[in-house]
Amino acid sequence: MNVRIGASARLLPPDTVLVAGLRDGNEAAFELVLDAWSAGLLRLARSFVSTDASAAEVVQETWLAVIQGVARFEGRSSLKTWVYRILVNTAKRRGLRESRTIPWSSLQTGEDEGPTVDPERFRGPGEPWEGHWREFPAPWPSPEPAALAGEIRAVVSAALARLPARQRIVISLRDVEGLASDEVSELLEITAANQRVLLHRARAFVRGELEAYFATAENRRKPEDGGSS
Amino acid sequence: MTGPRDLNCNEFVELVTAFLDGALDPDTHERFETHLAACDGCDTYLAQMQQTIRAVGELPASSLSPSARQALLGAFRQWRD
Repeated sequence: MNVRIGASARLLPPDTVLVAGLRDGNEAAFELVLDAWSAGLLRLARSFVSTDASAAEVVQETWLAVIQGVARFEGRSSLKTWVYRILVNTAKRRGLRESRTIPWSSLQTGEDEGPTVDPERFRGPGEPWEGHWREFPAPWPSPEPAALAGEIRAVVSAALARLPARQRIVISLRDVEGLASDEVSELLEITAANQRVLLHRARAFVRGELEAYFATAENRRKPEDGGSS
Repeated sequence: MTGPRDLNCNEFVELVTAFLDGALDPDTHERFETHLAACDGCDTYLAQMQQTIRAVGELPASSLSPSARQALLGAFRQWRD
């Protein structure tokens, strides 16, 4: 029995209560999970298929399958993971029909290889302290100023959109939806190690985009002195 | 000062996710923490990865269209009856 609170999820009743409610036809229970998970399901579906409309259909189809299948839910995983698995299977089938298949079996040369931080940032061979930072990364404002929240969200959102599909799917499941590492590996049928490679590359890319953003945000704020005219 | 077992910064940055998942073997875990304690740059890098993870977790929800939501609630009611 594990009650996990997803990174973006609000507090839900424990699975036992939710499942009993769904089986009893309790509409409030269905509304709770529908409203808590649909956004994440939509975002995830979008990584598998080619249009927003298609993603919305996959989510619809998933919920219909949940309604029809909850009587057979055995509680071997969390309810959320079970629902996500239905989505992934539905989305994969749909992606196949749209000739948009994502190769999951192995890591991809190029996109999943090589350093995640520009090697130029570290001292090279022959230099003293080889492999150490040339210059430390500049700390970011922490906590982030509330005034920047909207821009930070836009940067993160754009960064996710630019990720290769598999990296985007893994970071969505782990860091947006808050699923655990073993759940994501199982859901996507990849090894824990490959899952971690994809997640790490995705995070490092988003970090890089935020770093670039903070560097320029700093510059933009500096010339702000001077009075109004 | 640098013994053969010390991590370099460029190795440290590649281990952050495994560290946060608790997936490093005990020996590497110890080297990671030793390096972290001694290196401000990597301390900042780790903090930024954690800030990144939080920022990703705060992405706003795009949601189902009201009509899709209503249709699903309708389907649920129908299934129940």
